[in-house]
Amino acid sequence: MTKKIELSAGQVPEIGASQIELLEKLCNATGVSGDEHEVRQIVLEEIKLVADDVKVDALGNVLATRFGRGEQRVRVMLAAHMDEIGFMIVKKHEDALFEFVRVGGIDERQLPGKPVLVGREGLPGVIGAKPIHMTTAKERQNKIEQSALRIDLGPEIGEKVKPGDRATFATRFAITGPSIRAKALDDRLGVATLIELLKHVPAGIDLLAAFTVQEEVGLRGARVAAYAFDPDMAVAVDATPAYDLPHWDEDDENDRYNTRLDAGPAIYVMDRATIPDQRLVTWLQETAQDAGIPCQLRQPGGGGTDAGAIHKVRGGIPSVSVSVPIRYAHTAVNLARLDDWANTLRLLHTALGRITPDLLAVERRGR
Amino acid sequence: MKSLIQKLVETPGPSGFEYAIRDVIHEAIGEHADEIRVDALGSLIARKGTKTEQGLRVMISAHIDEIGLMVTHVDEHGFVRFTNIGGISPLTCYGGRVVFMDGTRGVIGLDGIERDKMPSLTDMFIDVGATSKADCPVKVGDVCGFERPFLDLGKRMVAKSLDDRVAAAVAVEALKRLGSTPHEVHFVFSTQEEVGLRGATTAAYGVDPDVGFAVDVTRSGDTPRSNPKMATALGAGPAIKVRDSSFIADPRLVDWMVQSAQAAGIPYQMEVLEAGGTDGRAIQLTRGGVPAGCVSIACRYIHSPSEMVDSDDVENAVRLLVKLLSEPIRLT
Repeated sequence: MTKKIELSAGQVPEIGASQIELLEKLCNATGVSGDEHEVRQIVLEEIKLVADDVKVDALGNVLATRFGRGEQRVRVMLAAHMDEIGFMIVKKHEDALFEFVRVGGIDERQLPGKPVLVGREGLPGVIGAKPIHMTTAKERQNKIEQSALRIDLGPEIGEKVKPGDRATFATRFAITGPSIRAKALDDRLGVATLIELLKHVPAGIDLLAAFTVQEEVGLRGARVAAYAFDPDMAVAVDATPAYDLPHWDEDDENDRYNTRLDAGPAIYVMDRATIPDQRLVTWLQETAQDAGIPCQLRQPGGGGTDAGAIHKVRGGIPSVSVSVPIRYAHTAVNLARLDDWANTLRLLHTALGRITPDLLAVERRGR
Repeated sequence: MKSLIQKLVETPGPSGFEYAIRDVIHEAIGEHADEIRVDALGSLIARKGTKTEQGLRVMISAHIDEIGLMVTHVDEHGFVRFTNIGGISPLTCYGGRVVFMDGTRGVIGLDGIERDKMPSLTDMFIDVGATSKADCPVKVGDVCGFERPFLDLGKRMVAKSLDDRVAAAVAVEALKRLGSTPHEVHFVFSTQEEVGLRGATTAAYGVDPDVGFAVDVTRSGDTPRSNPKMATALGAGPAIKVRDSSFIADPRLVDWMVQSAQAAGIPYQMEVLEAGGTDGRAIQLTRGGVPAGCVSIACRYIHSPSEMVDSDDVENAVRLLVKLLSEPIRLT
């Protein structure tokens, strides 16, 4: 199906100090769904010298095109979302205590005691919790409802905060041995990957890179981005949970891990939003096998990526998703492996280099 | 037509994996269409006729996917864990037999059945006769459908996936019988309906119809403890949909369909479906909006491996569809 060309064609992007520095900048930036401004500025700065065309659309997506050479170039859309889960201030109470709501999917049990950054200025606050000294044994058995929690900013700083301001976890990026520990690796890993691919795009395709907004609240940015690009095919590049921990009951095999760390990029076979085009699943699997790049299939089930919006646009767009596995997704701290990220980048770069019109010449089939 | 229905229901094609069933449809249509194409999501689109002055571009949509299962994990003893593709009740799973796309067969097992508790799908597993992970012939991402032979009860027929293969058969038969038509009719055999009308969404955009009709099954209200508000019954004729939970049929089309059925002496019944959606929604909401309706076939035990329809309803659905497509469509 895919033409076997020399796998080393084109310069293969690597993960080095400058890539890690960029990821750090992206992760430490705030980009809660609906206000992705800070992340967008980093993206625009990074790609301005490599993209042939850059637009910011009505919803705030960055649409960057890099044209290939030669005839019959396949138009390939890559999508990574700039937004992250977070919070929005809804009401000020006495003593600079702010009532807030969650933006995107966050487990409310994760919230008490977490430091946060509020507003575009990144004002320091904390989601307060009752100290153990004051709680009863019975209270400690109950979940604390989010509606009972407040973000505490204190006097003076609290004066600068108003309803509608967004907030994010205050976690700072760190490299710890072979691992990356940060907030918002979902999906700044994808954003950083797309930037690298734009810089090292194989010549045979037109690369249509969409840095999308509002994924965490319903794949909204990707939908209009795909309409505007009208590509031949699409790949969503995202991060997905790895729950590859030992099972609490040792006699029982962990059969619901979603993905595993250190097993390479996770290729999707089905989530709640998409049944990927099997031609593209095979294309990625064959590429990984031929190039000796580790990869895994993400367990089919829930969740969704930008592919869920993209594949239904216009007359239909063959789509697939690839994610970097991360532990503790949608919490204050995500944990990923540098090698999984590097292999995701390698897999995508190599796979993009093998695309020919033949890939889509046959009808959508099974495996 | 029964032999076509049997062929269709006995060919596996869970959502997203409709290639085998699409080939059966393609072969059944044969030379009867003027043009056949397959779109990006795998829907087969067969055009018949060209648009005349009195005609419209009409989309007919019957989905060819069915509910099914996908492998999530193979454990060390070779037992296969799975998740659902589309709406599957655990009630219909235990002891069921499945067939994978490559022909591998298995049974659905469950340990520790509790009398008053509904199991969940994660409690169950598929046993393909393997003894270990190493000799298990299936892997993560593989897809299977339920296996149950077609049963001809004379006036009634029983099979898995009559939702919506019976409507696909109706559409194929209507396409074949349709003589002269003022319309350019696009028969869409759509994919991924069971996971959210996805195939019809992109097919409707691609066809860009002036008017559209879904053909699907609907619940029947004639079993011992069925919803008393569901007025449909097996054998009372094809059902003309007024609304379901996904869309409200264009009232102009509903009136016109009723009058056409009356004029042709075709029995029909009215349908108001409170829980369930059809490709009609996808057609109605495409581009700038499209008048849409739906012809339904009453069906018992929907989404179980033994769905039941009435043979006369099937034949009359074909007659109604041919009648509707043979004359100008009145949209007043």
